[in-house]
Amino acid sequence: MVRIEASGLRVEFPLYHLGARSLKKRLLARAAARVRTDESNRVVVSALRDLDFQIASGERVALIGRNGAGKTTLLRALAGIYEPVGGRLVIDGSVGSLIDPAAGMDHDSTGRENVRLRALYRNLDAAAQSALEAEVAEFAGLGEFMDVPIKGYSAGMSIRLAFAIATAMQPQILLMDEWFMAGDAVFMEKAEARLASLVSGADILVIATHDMNVVRRWCTRAIHLDAGRIVADGPVEPVIDAMLAQH
Amino acid sequence: MLAGPLTRPETFLFDAAAPRRGEMALADLREGFASWRLAWALARLDLRNRYRGSVIGPFWMTLSTLLMLVGLGLLYSRLLGLSLGEYLPHLTVSLVVWNVIAGMVNDACTTMTTAEGVIRQLRVPFTVHALRSVFRNGLTAAHSLPLIPIVFLAFGHLPGPEGFLALPGLLLLLANAFFASMLLGMICARFRDIGPIVANVMQLAFFLTPILWKPELLKDMAVWLPLNPFYAVLETLRAPLVEGHGGGLAVWAAALLYSAVLGGLALAFFVRFRGRLAFWV
Repeated sequence: MVRIEASGLRVEFPLYHLGARSLKKRLLARAAARVRTDESNRVVVSALRDLDFQIASGERVALIGRNGAGKTTLLRALAGIYEPVGGRLVIDGSVGSLIDPAAGMDHDSTGRENVRLRALYRNLDAAAQSALEAEVAEFAGLGEFMDVPIKGYSAGMSIRLAFAIATAMQPQILLMDEWFMAGDAVFMEKAEARLASLVSGADILVIATHDMNVVRRWCTRAIHLDAGRIVADGPVEPVIDAMLAQH
Repeated sequence: MLAGPLTRPETFLFDAAAPRRGEMALADLREGFASWRLAWALARLDLRNRYRGSVIGPFWMTLSTLLMLVGLGLLYSRLLGLSLGEYLPHLTVSLVVWNVIAGMVNDACTTMTTAEGVIRQLRVPFTVHALRSVFRNGLTAAHSLPLIPIVFLAFGHLPGPEGFLALPGLLLLLANAFFASMLLGMICARFRDIGPIVANVMQLAFFLTPILWKPELLKDMAVWLPLNPFYAVLETLRAPLVEGHGGGLAVWAAALLYSAVLGGLALAFFVRFRGRLAFWV
């Protein structure tokens, strides 16, 4: 059963290399809500505070909230990158994260080499690797540029390659950050169709976004985060209305 | 889009009340060694990118070692009153192995910080980054290794079947490189001052270890040499190739002891702080 379960989930960022006393004082001076010192006197930012939620198979969840509310941090925690300092997190199912387009890319390598590298990152066997290569080449439509080092790509070409690589495989749990909505117009149509099929193929979607149209179109549930806490969690419209009323 | 889920279904469980640190660290090691192909591909990319556009590429390392051998060989054989035939085989093996050790230790410090982009975006076993550093240095070293047989042939110094005793020494060196990459990689990510300290220690160690000089020159003080960990590891390789014996019990005992200590520290540190590493880099 594909599911995500979090109880009392807490993630804290230690600010290690700030050192200077005065800065520490300044940060802590104005009754800071999220910056505090922990037991060993380090300055930590509470990125996520005591989150409780369950996401069942079939749910399409939007994470909404202001910048710095903890949306991307929550995505990273769900992807297993940031290990929580407190609470409990259970994730059942294969996770695919579309968080950073350029993750794991090597700029001196060609598009094709980057596809192979990504196949290795995902631990694919030789057959799956060549399937991925053909699939990405076809979808990105880069033609001869597949064999050019990607530092020679235009911004649009990089996005197309990154998008093609990242979305080539169908995970059960899809974690997505909102950059996936960007791209050139011609490609956008293709990309939307791809995203739609990826989303409908996934058992669970968690997307962090500011775009309420995306939320309304794709999601069945919204979680409103503010300063690392859940302020509202439920069906899309009431949560959006409450958030817009608050701002 | 590719049909069917190519990503393996998995369960990820984290519970702060029962962190299962040991289990998760072992899983990381297991998965990391299973993805050695990734580490190997990344190491080859590193090497290719480092020498991109250069005509002789990594053979610059070979060339600089060769120049050092000629220069130091001529000068120090005179200073120490040894013939070139006695001195150069020793210097060649010592210097080549030392370059490997020093390269690996210095690189170990940046193992995790250079992988920052990957660590914060993808869930990849940390072991892969340590293996990458070991492979990269192994590849670099492979370009200088031919100097040893060349010098041996030039001076008619052939090590005989005892030379194969260097193989266990080589394995020990690789194991230590992996431990160092893990331990120093993590410590240097957390404390950014450790890198320069390590570089200084390695510079001092170059002179305190019998590389330019031979251990025999210490006369009755030579028994204390195994206290130097670099000597112990170096000697497991040098003795079979240069002296034609296994290196002696004291040297091997010392080398194994130091390796066990380093390995134990690396494992303990990894088990305890693996979960924090993503916040350190």
